[in-house]
Amino acid sequence: MAESRVNLQQPVTQIATEIYDMHTLMLVICMVIFIAVFGVMFWSVFAHRKSKGAVAAHFHENTTVEIVWTVVPVLILLGMAYPATKTVIAMKDTSNPDITIKATGYQWKWGYDYLKGEGEGVKLISNLSTPSEQLDGRQAKGDNYLLEVDQPLVVPVGKKIRILTTANDVIHAWWVPALGVKQDAIPGFIRDTWFRADKEGVFRGNCAELCGKDHGFMPIEVHVVSAEKYAAWVAEKKGAQAASADDPNKVWDLADLKVRGEKVFAANCAACHQADGKGLPPAFPPLDGSAVVQGPKIAQIDTVLKGREGTAMAAFGKQLSDTDIAAVITYTRNTWGNHTGEAIQPTEIAAAR
Amino acid sequence: MAAVIPDHLHDHHHHGPTGLMRWITTTNHKDIGTMYMIFSFIMFLSGGVMALTIRAELFQPGLQVVQPEFFNQLTSMHGLVMVFGAIMPAFVGFANWQIPLMIGASDMAFARMNNWSFWLLPPAAILLLGSFFVPGGAMAAGWTMYAPLSVQMGMGMDMAIFAIHIMGISSIMGAINIVVTVLNMRAPGMTMMKMPLFCWTWLITAYLLIAVMPVLAGAVTMVLTDRHFGTSFFNAAGGGDPVLYQHVFWFFGHPEVYIMILPAFGIISEIIPTFARKPLFGYASMVYATASIAILSFTVWAHHMFTTGMPAVGQLFFMYATMLIAVPTGVKVFNWVATMWRGSLTFETPMLWATGFIFVFTIGGFTGLICAVAPIDIQLQDTYYVVAHFHYVLVAGSLFALFAGAYYWLPKWTGHMADERLGKIHFWCSMVFFNITFFPMHFLGLAGMPRRIPDYALQFADFNAMATIGAFGFGFSQLIFIVVLVKCVKGGEKAAARAWEGAHGLEWTVPSPAPHHTFEVPPVVK
Ligand code: HEC
Ligand code: HEM
Ligand SMILES: [Cu+2]
Ligand SMILES: [Cu+2]
Repeated sequence: MAESRVNLQQPVTQIATEIYDMHTLMLVICMVIFIAVFGVMFWSVFAHRKSKGAVAAHFHENTTVEIVWTVVPVLILLGMAYPATKTVIAMKDTSNPDITIKATGYQWKWGYDYLKGEGEGVKLISNLSTPSEQLDGRQAKGDNYLLEVDQPLVVPVGKKIRILTTANDVIHAWWVPALGVKQDAIPGFIRDTWFRADKEGVFRGNCAELCGKDHGFMPIEVHVVSAEKYAAWVAEKKGAQAASADDPNKVWDLADLKVRGEKVFAANCAACHQADGKGLPPAFPPLDGSAVVQGPKIAQIDTVLKGREGTAMAAFGKQLSDTDIAAVITYTRNTWGNHTGEAIQPTEIAAAR
Repeated sequence: MAAVIPDHLHDHHHHGPTGLMRWITTTNHKDIGTMYMIFSFIMFLSGGVMALTIRAELFQPGLQVVQPEFFNQLTSMHGLVMVFGAIMPAFVGFANWQIPLMIGASDMAFARMNNWSFWLLPPAAILLLGSFFVPGGAMAAGWTMYAPLSVQMGMGMDMAIFAIHIMGISSIMGAINIVVTVLNMRAPGMTMMKMPLFCWTWLITAYLLIAVMPVLAGAVTMVLTDRHFGTSFFNAAGGGDPVLYQHVFWFFGHPEVYIMILPAFGIISEIIPTFARKPLFGYASMVYATASIAILSFTVWAHHMFTTGMPAVGQLFFMYATMLIAVPTGVKVFNWVATMWRGSLTFETPMLWATGFIFVFTIGGFTGLICAVAPIDIQLQDTYYVVAHFHYVLVAGSLFALFAGAYYWLPKWTGHMADERLGKIHFWCSMVFFNITFFPMHFLGLAGMPRRIPDYALQFADFNAMATIGAFGFGFSQLIFIVVLVKCVKGGEKAAARAWEGAHGLEWTVPSPAPHHTFEVPPVVK
């Protein structure tokens, strides 16, 4: 990995380059002023000591000096503000994108919907892929520790990509330093930002707004690829999406639902309710032995579909398909210490929506 | 200036209840000042323990010491405890001790209210620290408590909200007291423009407090009603807006950072002339600079929100306004340097801290200017660069100034000179370890390490290890201060009334230690 360790990451977009250069410029100006001011101070500390026989002068108040040290900084600031203004305006110009992608922050993963342009219709959910054994030291840490995901965002090089951000639960922020992009994802609102990568490569970032327990574990991985590779990737994704589309009216048996449900649970619920169903009480209640999970199914369907207002329990109705929800509910009702024996069908979920 | 101190005041000490009741019922500004400072030092140590736990977890990549959930509780409570428990009450303690002594008043204007404003603090602290032990633990939404995350929290959040209400009431009462004291109780002849700068900066700070503490109370109250009473201030589904919370919070929050630094400017402006044996270079321009910083501080709040997606004009306005604040701040630094220039300098402990303050605080000022530039800030906000920046202004700024002031006025408070040798060791250890801790955080932030995370990617490992070592060094260095305090209270070289050769001002006309009652007959200032 060639990332810088002491400076901003190597920029790969026009905006990120402007930011990089602006920072360098400001750093130099600040250092010059710093050295000048503290040069004076340290000379004074060195030379004007009582122990060296210095006798205090008695000057004070000098209008000329005071005007100078007010006006000169104002001029320097104007010089700094000028390039910054141009960049601010450029960053805000999200018009005429080639591809528009919606990034949704969830506790604690990112969802991407390709809304417009080549790839329209592709959807992915992007989870941290670093195994938990690496976190607690049972396994050596990989090169991209905490910066790797199962399904990266893929975009073509040289195209203007507009990212719409929003969130499902709390505020998150979509940040990829090398692309010069950081935009808060606010639940209930849509914000936008854009980038045009000049170089192919893999660029990594993080969620940059505290969003709860696993805020440190929802990275962003962007693959910038050539136009051909992008087209191939889109075709492959679309094919896979079509193949895995479920027949909403299919009647499933319990065993198949449980197998599918376990996967859905691991990807969507285990962060809070834990793989063993014991939760992390009192913040995240156990599902193992829960009255809701063992009680009438309609109450549980309601909880999972609509969430619980004002708590971390989100409404999964918008995120998951009827089949996935049916599967995960069936799984939770028939695993650990829960044995209701019921198989919930996708049609029941559709009816409850 | 001359003080008239009737002889009978010298010997007597105190009448009224003794033991614990003395402290609970006291209305004496010196007693109350002392209690404020002891309280804030205890809070400083508790906040410090949390900081060191955070740093221990971040020593190496991986999760070793605490779990993410608890980590977030620690950062949140560390921030709240340091800001509201350590720094703010410490300055109020200084104000209590020093303002009456410096303006020749016999006490604070509202002595009973003064007692009440202090005694509100311990219950608030118990609520805050106690929240670690309730189900769900302490609030973990960051010291900024952004909605809707704060709406998700458990009952620790309600305790924090209640604690903030109480501390806010305490601050407002303290501030009213200071305003009235400064405006009405100055000794005859002490015009506003003859007043020591410490009193000026506190007067302006008090106005800021009165203006913004109610705003914070409003913000957290809205969180409270969103949590429990079905309102939707910050919930889009009910017609609210999560970003509204940030606007209200930072309308309080930015002036708040000046609340924590203006009195520090005041302390430094007292110390530098004393040890340069030369009057402050530009007294009037210092007063005007303080006032302009205070006024501008109301127009810059959204520089904390550059990534929320404000329109370009909004970003530009807040960028320009923020850059403008650099001008009066620069004026202050130039003034201090000009005061030292061609003085007759000595470097007793207070002056060491003050000089160190100017040096490190200015680094924090420059990184602040860099953060003011919206496009750069969009890269840096919520990274370790910001953590570095605000610790340079809060630790190297507010905290170093508090130490400078403590070493400067300890002779007046205790009647003994503080141990110079230990004081200097305390300074040099703090200075070195402070920079080892926080300087590498600039690099971490630039290279892309987010803040408020319990674990990080491998390329950040070296600087994190360094920061943790520095933090433990810094933490243990503060124990030296405890030794200095105990030694100074117990004994040591007797301090003269004018403890420092170059010191001016009314506080140096009363004996050391300052008797329980001073200036019962107002001195006349010529
Ligand atoms: C971000 C954390 C989080 C995730 C992810 C999450 N939940 Fe929850 N869940 C909660 C919380 C918090 C509650 C308790 C809500 C309350 O206090 O009423 C809860 C409650 C529940 C309940 C009711 C339990 C009871 O005894 O009241 C069920 C059932 C449930 N969740 C199922 C799920 C399923 C299924 C998934 C995955 C599709 C899931 N949750 C994902 C946080 C989460
Ligand atoms: C012993 C010295 C200190 C050390 C080692 C230290 C360390 C830290 C660390 C590691 C963080 C967490 C950063 C993050 O994860 O985002 C932090 C946050 C913070 N610190 Fe300190 N700190 C110290 C003193 C102070 C002091 C004196 C203040 C005074 C006000 C202060 C104010 C804050 C604030 C406001 C935060 C932000 C909390 C948040 O993210 O919500 N710190 N500090
Ligand atoms: Cu986050
Ligand atoms: Cu601010």
